[in-house]
Amino acid sequence: MAKDSTKIESRAARGGTITVLSLARWVGDCAETIARNRDLLNELDASSGDADHGSNLDRGMRAVEKAVKVESGELPREYLRRVGTTIVDEVGGSSGALYGTFFLRLALAADAATQIDAEHFGRMLAAAATGIVDRGGASVGDKTMFDTLSPAVAAYGVSISAGGTLDDGLVAAAIAGHHGAESTRDMIAKKGRASYLGERTRGHPDAGSVSMALIIDAAARTFV
Amino acid sequence: MRKIINSVDEVVPDYLNGLARAHPDIVAYDPSTRLLHRAEPAKKNGSLVGLVAGGGSGCEPLHAGYVGRGMLDAACQGEVFTSPVPRQIVRATLDADTGAGVLHIVKNFSGEVMNFGMAAELLAFDDVTVASVLVNDDCSIADDGQNAGRRGLGTTVFVEKIAGAAAERGWPLPEVTRVAEKVVTRSRSFAVALSSCTPPMRGRPIFDMPEDSMEVGVGISGEPGRERVPRADSVAIASLMVSSILHDRPISAGSGVLVLVSGMGATPSSELHILFNDVFQNLAERGIPVSRSLVGNFLTSLDQAGAALTILELDSELTELWDDPVHTASLRWGC
Repeated sequence: MAKDSTKIESRAARGGTITVLSLARWVGDCAETIARNRDLLNELDASSGDADHGSNLDRGMRAVEKAVKVESGELPREYLRRVGTTIVDEVGGSSGALYGTFFLRLALAADAATQIDAEHFGRMLAAAATGIVDRGGASVGDKTMFDTLSPAVAAYGVSISAGGTLDDGLVAAAIAGHHGAESTRDMIAKKGRASYLGERTRGHPDAGSVSMALIIDAAARTFV
Repeated sequence: MRKIINSVDEVVPDYLNGLARAHPDIVAYDPSTRLLHRAEPAKKNGSLVGLVAGGGSGCEPLHAGYVGRGMLDAACQGEVFTSPVPRQIVRATLDADTGAGVLHIVKNFSGEVMNFGMAAELLAFDDVTVASVLVNDDCSIADDGQNAGRRGLGTTVFVEKIAGAAAERGWPLPEVTRVAEKVVTRSRSFAVALSSCTPPMRGRPIFDMPEDSMEVGVGISGEPGRERVPRADSVAIASLMVSSILHDRPISAGSGVLVLVSGMGATPSSELHILFNDVFQNLAERGIPVSRSLVGNFLTSLDQAGAALTILELDSELTELWDDPVHTASLRWGC
């Protein structure tokens, strides 16, 4: 009994805050996950775009892996800023601008913290979601990555407000994100190149909504 | 994949190197900035407005083929069908600025708009005046707010030529911008595709296409069109294109027009001229004279079969600027 509660406590302590090292683990996991799903993302993109979403993100994440090594004593804000800038500089297209903005807004909202607690990470996620809207102008239902990010951020907030740990919040976000990505299957695209195909975009999930779900999923895996 | 390339990762730099070596008097390529800019002898003298455009590669000769005297100062080429990154655009803009400011020519593709937008935000920290014109001439797309807005197609070539001439004449930035916007307002495009295309990175066509059908209302980055219909003959395709364009923006009889029939990459010159002949005839029957024309591969979609029609209603100002000398890899007259 005593042993169990110690275990729970230590897990909560480890999962309770995010450091620059856990952010680096997350980014590393994102790179692996995107590489593993590159062909899937390309195929999803082929149904209404030019079949390169996976390749473009993979190129960007490889550049991040190569160029952005976490430095000792580095603030989360600085590290995330370098990740975002590298994505903006390497990827191009909507994906580069949107995912770059995602990481840059996380960076801005990290302020000067060295340890980010659950509530603070919630503010960072909300800022990133606002950034995606500022950059791309999407609303829920437009069949974009925002259909994943918006419910994920909301589910995270609900979980933390109800007294959940960082871990609980991230699991809730990951589940909501996956449902969000799946919900794009029956939508008609209203943003991006896919929007020119109208009805023809129904029947498969949006590539960007799936990559965003993978990235949130990676956070749930690595921040515990 | 039937392509003359070395590595799929090097397609864009290898192309730009080749272009610069083929036209050393006009353009130079800088691999460190990934920019194709004017070669030294073609650079602007004096305080003239700079012109920068960019976009995904795969639409050659857009934009690199239009760098040179009378058109662009630099082209920011992205990966195939992927817009360039802000860093390229910022560098090109600072290099192109002579003190008179720089006009960004942006095609309305989400990625291009976002990356030029980010670049403009970054340039606000520098001492350079930046204006921007958005080309959104594809009238196959409904203008109803239910999509990302109309794509930029062949009008881009007209804007680069006409705004380029205005800049070369020494017009100030607001005037260059005004005439660029005037071209966009008076010009519309419509494209059809008879096949898919094969991006090098993918190695196979983006979509399957039966021989007896065609995609109507396509862009220049390989995505399928608005709808798939049975393939028609040239007279019928010309009629569909012309009536779509004139339905969207009527042109009164007697007004001279500039017509561009551009191939998508895999349609031979003879077929493009067959289509132009039918467009000419169709317009003649409506009393609209073709006073200037351009037929060939001027903006493409890799190796896609098909064609795009662009019609600009000219006036004396636009005609004069169109006729001004131009010396680029892909357009050259009057010099």
